[in-house]
Amino acid sequence: MSSPTLTERPTRSTLFDGLSRYIPIGATVALLAAMYLGGIANYPNFDNPQLIPDLFIGNAGLLIVAVGMTFVILSGGIDLSVGSVMAFSTMACAWLTVEAGLPASIVVPAVLVFGVLSGAFTGAIIHYFNVQPFIATLAGLFLYRGLTLQISDHDMSIRDIDFFSWGMQRIEFGDPRDGGFSLPYISFIAFGVVILAFIVLHYTRFGRSVYAVGGSEQSALLMGLPVARTKVGVYAISGFCAALGGVVAAFYTKSANPLAGVGLELDAIAAVVVGGTLLTGGAGFVLGTVAGVMVMGMLTTIIAFQGNLSSWWARIVVGVLLLAFILLQRVLARSGEKRKG
Amino acid sequence: MNLASPVQTAGGGRASAYFKRLMWPLIVLAALLIVNIAVTGFDFIVPSVHDGRLGGAFVNILRRSAPLLLIALGMTLVIATKGIDLSVGAVYAIGAAIACQYILNGDQSALGVVVTAVTLALAIAALIGAWNGAMVAYFGVQPIVATLILMIAGRGIAQLITGGQIPSVADDSPFVSIGRGAIATVPVPIIIGVAVFAALVLLTRTTALGMLLESVGGNPEASRLAGIRAKGITVLAYLIAGICAGLAGIIGAANLGSADANNGGLWIELDAILAVVIGGTTLLGGRFFLVGTTIGVAIIGTLEVTIINVGLSSQWQFTAKAIVVFIVAMLQSPEFRAWILRPFRTGRPGRTPAAHDPEKAPAK
Repeated sequence: MSSPTLTERPTRSTLFDGLSRYIPIGATVALLAAMYLGGIANYPNFDNPQLIPDLFIGNAGLLIVAVGMTFVILSGGIDLSVGSVMAFSTMACAWLTVEAGLPASIVVPAVLVFGVLSGAFTGAIIHYFNVQPFIATLAGLFLYRGLTLQISDHDMSIRDIDFFSWGMQRIEFGDPRDGGFSLPYISFIAFGVVILAFIVLHYTRFGRSVYAVGGSEQSALLMGLPVARTKVGVYAISGFCAALGGVVAAFYTKSANPLAGVGLELDAIAAVVVGGTLLTGGAGFVLGTVAGVMVMGMLTTIIAFQGNLSSWWARIVVGVLLLAFILLQRVLARSGEKRKG
Repeated sequence: MNLASPVQTAGGGRASAYFKRLMWPLIVLAALLIVNIAVTGFDFIVPSVHDGRLGGAFVNILRRSAPLLLIALGMTLVIATKGIDLSVGAVYAIGAAIACQYILNGDQSALGVVVTAVTLALAIAALIGAWNGAMVAYFGVQPIVATLILMIAGRGIAQLITGGQIPSVADDSPFVSIGRGAIATVPVPIIIGVAVFAALVLLTRTTALGMLLESVGGNPEASRLAGIRAKGITVLAYLIAGICAGLAGIIGAANLGSADANNGGLWIELDAILAVVIGGTTLLGGRFFLVGTTIGVAIIGTLEVTIINVGLSSQWQFTAKAIVVFIVAMLQSPEFRAWILRPFRTGRPGRTPAAHDPEKAPAK
C-alpha cells in the first residue's frame, strides 16, 4: 500500500466501504435536523409549515444546478461554468421572448437543448483532447458570462410574458392556518430533477458507469465501460441542469440579471461536498446533495431569523462546514486504509 | 508533455525546451502589441515621463498588472507541485482588509503604522498559505478542495475584519504610495513585481528548490523515495503563494486607497491560473516557467486594453478571455495537435503522444 502522499488520490478500494459510506450523508442529515430543531427552539415562527417549502422554492435553481454538478463530480470532473450558463439561459429566455418576440413554448425547449449541446461540447473537449476539466469549464465560465453581458448589461424584465406567470402559481396542501403549505409549480421541476437523477444514478447502466469512471477511469476503460459516452454525458447533464436552473430562475424572478449566479458554481460544489460526495469522484449520493443544498438554505434562513448577524457569517460558516466534512472524509478514508492495510 | 524530468533536460535540452514553451506566448503578446500600435500609434509602447513618473499606455498596463503578476508567480510554484490555490483572491481581500483597517485604527500618516500594517497583513497571508499547504501536505486533502474552503470563507473573513464597510485610507498616507508612488520615476508596483520575480527566480534557479519543486510535482512518490521532504516543500510553495496574494492585495488597496472585501481581487485566481497556463506551465505539475507566467500576465493585461482600443465594448473582455483559454488549452493538448495535423501526416506512422501516458489520469 502506498503511503498517502501529497496530492495523490487516496487508495480507491478502501474508501467508504460498508456502512461507513453512509456516515457523511448521515452527518449532513443530522446537521440539518439539528439546525431545524435549534431554529424552532430559538426563534418564534420558525415552525411555520411554509418554512421548509420556502427552502425548496428559494433554492430551486441551486438545487437543480447542484444535482448536475453531482454527476460531474462523481465522474471525477468539475464544472466551473454552471453559474455563467445559468445566467446566460435566463438572459436568453428574456431576450428571445421580449426582444425577438418568440413564443415562450419554443424558447424554453431551445434553451434547454442549448444547455445539453454546450455541455456535451465541453465534455467532448475534455475527453477527446484530454483538456483538464478545470480549464475547459473555465473557458465556459468566461464565455457565457461574456455572452450574457453582450446580450444586455442591465436587468431585463420578462414580466409581461404570460408563460412565465405559470411557474409561480401555487398548489395548496391543506389550509395554511392549520399546518398546510403551498408549493409553486416550478418547485416540482426541482423535485422531478432530483428523482430522475436518483433513478439514473442508482438504477441505470449509465449511472453505474459514472461511479466507475469516477472511481478509476483506467479500470473503467479496461472493464469495457463506455468511458467516452459517460464523460460527455455527465457534462451534458450538467449543462442541461444549468440551463434548466436558468429557466427556473426566469420563472422565479421574471427578470434576467447579467450578473446573476456569479459564484454559484462554488455554492453548488460546496453543497455537493457537504452532501457527502467525494470531490475525487466515485463515491456519493445525489440525495446527499439535496441535504447539502438544504443545509446551506437553512443557514441563510437562520441568519435571517437571527436578524443581527451579518450576511458574511453565512460564507464563514459554509467554509467551516466544508472543512469539517472534508476532514471527516479524510478520517473515514484513513481508518478504511488501516482496516485493510 | 511536461513529463521531461529535470534530469533529462539538464544541459543543452533545457534552453530549447524553454524556447519552445515561450514561443507561443511571445508570439501572442507580440501580436497584441502590434494590434495596439497599429490602432493607437507608437505612443502605446513608448514610455513617457510626466509628474516625475513613468507613464504611457504600456507602462500603465504593467503597473496595473503587478498584483496579478505577484499572484500568478506564487500560483506557478503551487501548480509546479501538482497543486492549485483557489484561495488567492480571498487572501488578496484579507490582506487588503487587514492593512487598511490597521492603518485606519492608528495614525494614518505615520510611517511606522504603515510598516506594521503591511507586515501584519503579510504575516497573516503567510499563515493562511501555510494552512493551505498543511491541509494538502499533511492531511492529504486534494489541493482544489483544501483551498476551496478559504476561497468561500475568505471573503467573509475579510468582511468581518472591515465590519462590512469599505475602509478608505487618506491620500496623504505613506501607504497609498505603495500603489501610486514612484522611485526614480519607476512606479512602485512595477518595482515590487520585478523584485518578487527576481527573488523567486533566484530562489528556484540558483538553489535546489526549483528542482525539488519540479520533482515533487512530477512524481511525489519517487521524490519521497529519493529522500526529498516533499511535505515541507509543498507547504513552502503554498506559503509563498499566500504571501504573494497578501502583497498583491496591499498593492491593490494602496492603489485604490481602500479595501473592498467583496470585489477586491474578484476572479483574480482564475486570471492567475490562466496566466500560468498561458505561460506554458501545465496544471499537471512538474516543469514550471516563471518567465512564461510573466508573459502570460502581460498578455492578459494587454488583452483587456486591446479590446477597448480596437473599439469593442468592455463586455467583450470575458468573451476574449474565453477564446484565449480555449486556444491555449487546445494548443497544449497533444491529442488536439495530433488530430489537427493528421491530414498532413498520412503515410507516416501516426504518433499518438500521451496515449499510454501514466500522467494522463485526469488531474483536477
